Amino acid sequence: MTSIIAEFDEVSKLYGTFAALRKVSVQFERGRCYLVLGPNGAGKSTLLRTLAGLLKPSYGKVRVFGDGGEAEEPMEARERIGYMSHATMLYDEFSGVENLRYFASLYRGRDCVAPEEALRRVGLDPALERPVGQYSQGMKQRASLARVLISRPELLLLDEPFSNMDIASAHQMLRLLETFRSEQRTILLTTHQRELAEPLADYVLTLDAGAVASLEEGPYAKRGGLGLAAATAGAAR
Amino acid sequence: MKPAYFLTHLKKDLQLEWRSKDAINSMLFFALLVVVLFSLAFDPTRAVSRQIAGGILCVATMFAAVSALNQAWARELRNQVLDALRMTPAPGASLFLGKTLANFLFVTVVELVLAPVFVMFYNLHALGNAWLLLLVLPLGTWALMVNGVFFAALSIRTRNRELLLPLILFPIFIPALLGMVMSATAILTGEGDAVMWIKLLGAYDVIFTTVCLMLFEVILHAE
Repeated sequence: MTSIIAEFDEVSKLYGTFAALRKVSVQFERGRCYLVLGPNGAGKSTLLRTLAGLLKPSYGKVRVFGDGGEAEEPMEARERIGYMSHATMLYDEFSGVENLRYFASLYRGRDCVAPEEALRRVGLDPALERPVGQYSQGMKQRASLARVLISRPELLLLDEPFSNMDIASAHQMLRLLETFRSEQRTILLTTHQRELAEPLADYVLTLDAGAVASLEEGPYAKRGGLGLAAATAGAAR
Repeated sequence: MKPAYFLTHLKKDLQLEWRSKDAINSMLFFALLVVVLFSLAFDPTRAVSRQIAGGILCVATMFAAVSALNQAWARELRNQVLDALRMTPAPGASLFLGKTLANFLFVTVVELVLAPVFVMFYNLHALGNAWLLLLVLPLGTWALMVNGVFFAALSIRTRNRELLLPLILFPIFIPALLGMVMSATAILTGEGDAVMWIKLLGAYDVIFTTVCLMLFEVILHAE
């Protein structure tokens, strides 16, 4: 039986008179990867920020982790959610490992990934002393993902994780995301590079003008859960 | 609130300032300029100096501190670091307290540099208990910082935040400023009751620190 990790119930989000989300009702299953698509201004980032507990819905309810007992509002469960935004969410003046040590110390008492290990997992050298402000855009994105990883979140919300990344780095990140899914973590990612992320998607959620336009089964689910390697081999044939 | 979280935030703010020295440099330059310019403009005698020195020192510190307070949350706003902090389980009060203490230390450093310059330019010699100044300055500085960091956080989502901060902060700070100036003047001239004003400063600090700590979580998670 599939379990629901997060649920939007008739959620609307208004900025003044502008509706960024309009009566969005959708459920997200645990251990699945959702690709969130839509043109600029469709409400993708607002959806993710609402799910992260960074925005409160103007109307409707958002519930998370209801499958493990009583559902909570995202705000109350934010330490179990990892959110990666367009920006790095890191201090420019600190090196990657200094940033991660700082954030890891804010999850005191939790089972965290070691900052050095998190950086290695995203392909960055923990010994790199350069401040994050001097990283390339691709390196910043990876350092940002490493920050998300340290708290071992059950729900990963990734807003444009592949922007400014070269193709090799993007594929490396995709492989990493596939390992997260195999660990029964749920991933929601927004991107404009559909062809890049689609092989990983169990479901493709399309937003248009703040409303759900469609929710379709993605290529990963259609392949019966076969990984990226299978998708690549299929494409080669 | 666990002290460990507070110390983590404090250490981070001290490290960041140690590397850039942005806040201390700008405050020091501004405060020195005010002190020197007032000294040249009024050319006060020793007796007049005692009357006005407390006020000049407090106002110079206050204006200098505002230049640093305007930047107090700049690093957290850049790259949306504040959102990452909001998602951690660390309580908002620890973030607030860490930043307040860090800024308090920066201003204290400026005051320590400023004090000998001040004594020299204004030819000061306290007629009262000079050691009481060691209570007046930290209490007054804390009053300024606790409100300054709080209102800087309150105004970070506004467009004219650099204008808004002094507009909100200064009226709230008036009782503490009065306490600082009156007690400093009483100490320097040897006339009046400095202790009463120091008690007022202490009470102000306790009340405003408590209120700011209680309300900061709301400010932090406001949209």
